Amino acid sequence: MYFGGSFTWGDFQFLLSGAVTTLSITLVAVIIGTCLGVLFGLVRASSPWWISNTLGAVLDVFRSVPLLIQLVLFNSFNSMLKLNWPTFTVGCICLGIYASAFCTEIVRSGVGAVPQTTRRAARSLGLSWLQELTSITLPIATRVVFPSWLGLALGVMKDTALVLWIGIVELLRSSQIVTARVQEPLLILGITGLIYFVMSFPIARLGNQLEKKWGTQ
Amino acid sequence: MDYQFQWRPVLRSLPDLLWGSLETVEIAGLAMLFGTVLAIFLALGKRSTKKYLIWPADAWIETARNTPALFQIYMLYFGLGSLGLQVSSYAALLFGITFNNAGYLAETFRGGFAAVPETQTRAARSLGLGAAQTIWYVVLPQMLRAVFHAMTNQMVWSILMSSLGVVVGLNTDLTGVTQKLNVVTYRTFEYFFVAAALYYLISKAFTLSARIVAWRLFRY
Repeated sequence: MYFGGSFTWGDFQFLLSGAVTTLSITLVAVIIGTCLGVLFGLVRASSPWWISNTLGAVLDVFRSVPLLIQLVLFNSFNSMLKLNWPTFTVGCICLGIYASAFCTEIVRSGVGAVPQTTRRAARSLGLSWLQELTSITLPIATRVVFPSWLGLALGVMKDTALVLWIGIVELLRSSQIVTARVQEPLLILGITGLIYFVMSFPIARLGNQLEKKWGTQ
Repeated sequence: MDYQFQWRPVLRSLPDLLWGSLETVEIAGLAMLFGTVLAIFLALGKRSTKKYLIWPADAWIETARNTPALFQIYMLYFGLGSLGLQVSSYAALLFGITFNNAGYLAETFRGGFAAVPETQTRAARSLGLGAAQTIWYVVLPQMLRAVFHAMTNQMVWSILMSSLGVVVGLNTDLTGVTQKLNVVTYRTFEYFFVAAALYYLISKAFTLSARIVAWRLFRY
């Protein structure tokens, strides 16, 4: 297969392998972010105000500082503490914590959307705190916040582009490497953009449709 | 941990960092201003019934929302560069964020326009206002009130996104200055820690002043 110029099938495969890296960082970061986010979100929704507000203020720092700077700081932590983690791990953990700060607010708003009366009714029917949480609150809340969570996951996918700064070869960085050889930045960036678009657009569409479908019931 | 913190060089270059902060605010503010104006046209284009207006607006909005901001900046810096248009890293950053802001704000504004009742437009038109006058005097003020909160969020995004300039070689905004000093001194943690603190202060200062403005403007 030949694209014109000196851009070859091998270059395209190289871009796709970058896309796989992008997707795997996204997956790990979203899993970390969701687990921490559900935990923190539940703490924020059900603890006394001083715990909730303190946790909120700490997580707010991650939303008010550029991700690029967080990555650099986390990376220098890695070398200062002599952890010697590979940059891939550093990128995933940093993005995961960043995602958890947003996920916490999503979970909190979801739990807040479940009417207090429903929760009290469940408890008066004899469900324990944990039973009420897992079979009443979380299912209802999940339905409410799923579109926002999908949006967050897509946001994380786009933010993975920043890990190129600490030296991970993901999609955008691999496009730079190919450009250095082929010398056709516009073509290669165009293809790169198209790959990002294909990864993001269908899921964004799905999110919009779910929001419409579940929003008006 | 046997790392020796050295904060003195960071404190000595604090004035440079503060000037950088000013440039960061300038870029974020300009990108927000241009983005808002463009977004109003994009949202109006998407609401129109004419295909040749909907299609470009759709393309802009979906590209801005479905590709990374850094990719958009790269496209301006390297992509246009290959067409013979030499774009400075400042311009690439500014217009990259503007492009991104416009796409996100257009979706917000579309919701805002939908929140203004149709009857308002018809009432204004029957009172003798032209189409442009109706939008400017009647619809826009109500729409902007509805989306004010979403716009302050976008401005914070704009501030955070402006840190991406360093990737295309900008060395005059806060992140750029920090990186320049970092390369000279190798006190990476100290410099970026102070930069992080400054970014935090900038975004908090902005959020707080937006809240005061909203309180002054929007009480009945």
